[in-house]
Amino acid sequence: MARALINVPAKAKRGDIIEIKALMSHPMETGYRTGPDGALVPRDIINRFICTYNGEEIFSADLFPAIAANPFFSFTTIAMESGRIAFRWIDDRGQAHLETAEIAVE
Amino acid sequence: MSRKPRPVGTSRREILAAGAGALALIVARPARATPESMADAIKAFVGEAEVREGRVTLELPALVENGNSVPLTVKVDSPMTAQDHVKRIAVFNERNPQPNVALFYLNPRAGRALVSTRIRLGDSQNIVAIAQLSDGTFWSDKAELIVTLPACVES
Amino acid sequence: MNRVLKGFAQAAWFGGALSLAIPLALAESPLPERKSGFEFMSPESQATQQDDFSNPGMLWVAEGEALWNAKAGATGRSCAGCHGDAAVSMKGVAARYPVFFAESGRPIDLQSRINVCRKTNQDATPFPLESRELLALSAFLGKQSRGMPITTGEDKRLEPFRARGQELYEQRQGQLNFSCANCHDGNWGRKLASSVIPQSHPTGYPLYRLEWQSMGSLQRRLRNCMVGVRAEPYPYGSQEYVDLELFLMTRARGMPLETPAVRP
Ligand code: HEC
Ligand code: HEC
Repeated sequence: MARALINVPAKAKRGDIIEIKALMSHPMETGYRTGPDGALVPRDIINRFICTYNGEEIFSADLFPAIAANPFFSFTTIAMESGRIAFRWIDDRGQAHLETAEIAVE
Repeated sequence: MSRKPRPVGTSRREILAAGAGALALIVARPARATPESMADAIKAFVGEAEVREGRVTLELPALVENGNSVPLTVKVDSPMTAQDHVKRIAVFNERNPQPNVALFYLNPRAGRALVSTRIRLGDSQNIVAIAQLSDGTFWSDKAELIVTLPACVES
Repeated sequence: MNRVLKGFAQAAWFGGALSLAIPLALAESPLPERKSGFEFMSPESQATQQDDFSNPGMLWVAEGEALWNAKAGATGRSCAGCHGDAAVSMKGVAARYPVFFAESGRPIDLQSRINVCRKTNQDATPFPLESRELLALSAFLGKQSRGMPITTGEDKRLEPFRARGQELYEQRQGQLNFSCANCHDGNWGRKLASSVIPQSHPTGYPLYRLEWQSMGSLQRRLRNCMVGVRAEPYPYGSQEYVDLELFLMTRARGMPLETPAVRP
């Protein structure tokens, strides 16, 4: 896992519903595909995605090989208070990639 | 046309697959009966509960240019309050090697029941989205997509 | 129709469906008639390209920015160490490549130009063509010219190479005996399998192709077209690709660069 791009508005009014987007670089290798040598390429996907807002889970997903490479999600949350929105992607080997964004709520 | 399930992202796709592709890219039609594996996966998700049509809107493009990346949005008509909200949304397909696509967990802090992602479709098939509400009811929407092969791909 | 339908049947379909009339050279067509591949895409793919938080090519741009700032090679210098802020020093650069490279007496494309700096200015091993790193740096540099008009081909020394590229473009090849022009000038806008044939303007490279599920260079795209007509593709890095790119970029002058674009 290498790089992620997340979009969280830097500022929001309390009570606003904001859209969050998260894009992660990952091949999402299905385990059903053959490589150039004719052998099956082993499965290697991100199987879990979790988003927390000041520590509390606001959105999560269990993922399967049918999710496209470089997985993309968008979802919404209510701007409650200033703080940190954290994103975690966990792959088949149990490795996690973490990204965070700050939001100022007034 | 051969309708056997085909692995997604297979490298055995032949170049310039002609024929059916020349006609139309995709047609959304009313869904047909779901094959067993998808029915089993749905049963694992809903248990014995009844699944009703409605409240859920499954949005897929009118035209699939490449099955490797198909934008998908699920909306559920719900106030998303503590008393009345969507808890989970599951997306199923019937012709990829596995029936499960994704399972989303929501709570009232979402404000809205609206989720987008991009999925893979190795072949033409039915896609089903089912939402579980906080009152324990299940609601669904479905679509059938026709996916054809693109031109000039690497062998 | 059956998926096993291949080979002869396919070639026959090809010949029948596409007009083989010698097309007008697009080189003469005025600007408004030229269409980027973007215009032939679905609204969903267009939206993906236009939203930087949805466009997967931006992942490579981000990686390229990190490489730009990273020290490398025996000299321990970063690209930024010499070139400073890419938004200033690299603005408009990708929009005028390939350029004439005096050291070799030939045109050079952006990927190879990056590798020249890697080798001579950083004393580091050049990145392999189509490697993630080289695509990332090329995408990052391309992004600095996004929206700027293509200006390739002003240097008079490029002319014989551009002409060679045009020759290659018009020459029939492969078992299906098609030239690039047969499809892209004579039949653009028509369907081939499930794809619409675009006008072959290289406005978005390197770009994220859904079919590849990854980023790729113009050379990779041209390879796909050659394999498509069952011609033996030139090896990566060959002069033919650079000449073809020079012809295509010169023909696309005035069109805005889209890097990192998205294509089906
Ligand atoms: C048989 C028809 C055919 C021939 C011959 C052909 N191409 Fe293509 N080309 C296509 C199709 C179809 C696409 C678009 C494929 C897609 O989007 O999936 C394409 C795409 C392209 C693109 C990408 C444009 C963009 O928007 O990014 C370029 C550039 C290109 N071709 C150049 C060439 C060159 C140069 C040659 C000759 C070496 C060539 N093509 C030969 C059919 C052809
Ligand atoms: C030691 C200093 C040095 C380093 C390090 C260096 N370059 Fe350069 N680069 C130069 C010089 C000098 C030129 C030639 C400038 C000119 O021709 O105007 C150049 C030219 C270029 C050009 C051509 C610009 C044009 O206008 O055509 C590109 C592209 C480029 N460098 C990219 C890179 C990248 C990417 C890196 C890092 C991988 C890098 N350079 C590292 C010194 C450096």
